[in-house]
Amino acid sequence: MEDLTKALATDLDGTFPTVVETMGSQLFWGLRRICGDHQEAEDLTQETFIRAYRALGGYEPARIKEMSLRPWLWTIALNLGRNHVRDRARRPTYVELTEAGKDDPEPVDNAAWDERLAALSGPQRTAVVLRHVAGLSIAEISETTGRPEGTVKADVHRGLARLRETIEGET
Amino acid sequence: MSIETQLEGLAGGIPHGLGEGVALGTGLAEGYDFYDSALGQVIVTFNPEGVSSLDIADGFEDRYKERFGRPLIRAEAPKAWSRHIQESIERGSPGDLPVDLRSVTEFQRRVLHTTAGIPKGEVRPYGWVAFEIASPKAVRAVGSAVAKNPIPLIIPCHRVVRSDGHIGNYSLGGPHNKVELLLAEGAQPDLLEELAAHNVRVRADVSTETYHHPSCHLVRSATNVLDLRSAGAAEARGLRACPLCRPHS
Repeated sequence: MEDLTKALATDLDGTFPTVVETMGSQLFWGLRRICGDHQEAEDLTQETFIRAYRALGGYEPARIKEMSLRPWLWTIALNLGRNHVRDRARRPTYVELTEAGKDDPEPVDNAAWDERLAALSGPQRTAVVLRHVAGLSIAEISETTGRPEGTVKADVHRGLARLRETIEGET
Repeated sequence: MSIETQLEGLAGGIPHGLGEGVALGTGLAEGYDFYDSALGQVIVTFNPEGVSSLDIADGFEDRYKERFGRPLIRAEAPKAWSRHIQESIERGSPGDLPVDLRSVTEFQRRVLHTTAGIPKGEVRPYGWVAFEIASPKAVRAVGSAVAKNPIPLIIPCHRVVRSDGHIGNYSLGGPHNKVELLLAEGAQPDLLEELAAHNVRVRADVSTETYHHPSCHLVRSATNVLDLRSAGAAEARGLRACPLCRPHS
């Protein structure tokens, strides 16, 4: 990640596609599990990167070099998710994007997991998904959500306990 | 399987098309799509700022690569624009369609904005455009700016003709296309060529005592017409310049 921010600072346009490749799947799948909707997660992921690119264009290279890229991108993503910003009209639509979705691997019983995760409180769901689906550290989640690390830890802990209970109750 | 491991399994690969969508949305790549025109199928490119180029479909990619050198992605234009693009091509003016002219100089932009205001079915000489942008001596520079118009048809450079009144050259596939376009929109290119051959630069409507560019719709409907070699000759006769076509040069 440090190499990536260093490269971003010197060559934003040349490096940004690598940021999308590196962060795309964790942002998409994290958002997919938080919001429970494939299309919305695709929109939010795309919009997150577009906003990030525009913001980076206005930053000094020194600032970009010092950034924690993952929490920063996740902060943008979660803010977008909260506001449900969907100004698709102004944006070009990649032709095959509309046909995509069916071929994307959906590895597990999505309906079951959507239900289980939806039963958690908002902060618990976010904390659990960021920690265990997207793979962020507790410190990164704290930076993303602005909640203290102790609180994040408790959210993850309680969220996991709740999921275990739910799964046990299913059988 | 532990709950943590199960949760890790809830992630997968990168969604198909994400990279392209982001490239288009950020402008790191331009989108392109096909449209119909009087010259057959054309390709329009666009980015978040607006429509950036138009070219005939045949051989488009090589010419685009040489001139603009940006990554291209086949895509639908933003929904708010797609209808406007077809209408702008048919009308021969951008109207409300945003155009991205960052690929040309500030001077060229002024030339193209003035060109965009020439009414359908009419033409203006290079010298007129130069006068309108307050650079009356820059006639040659206007000619080269018009030749470099990245968005022909939508910015109607086919309506800019030589200062001697002849139809002249055209960048989009050659001069015959310019004649064809002018014919299709009722600008009577044959008549314009004939008048140019007889050194007619302006035409006066004797009944209203005004003089006009030969293609001005006001003089085309006039019954008592006087052909003249210059705006100066018209002024010398006490005729007034048409306020719509402004035949100062």
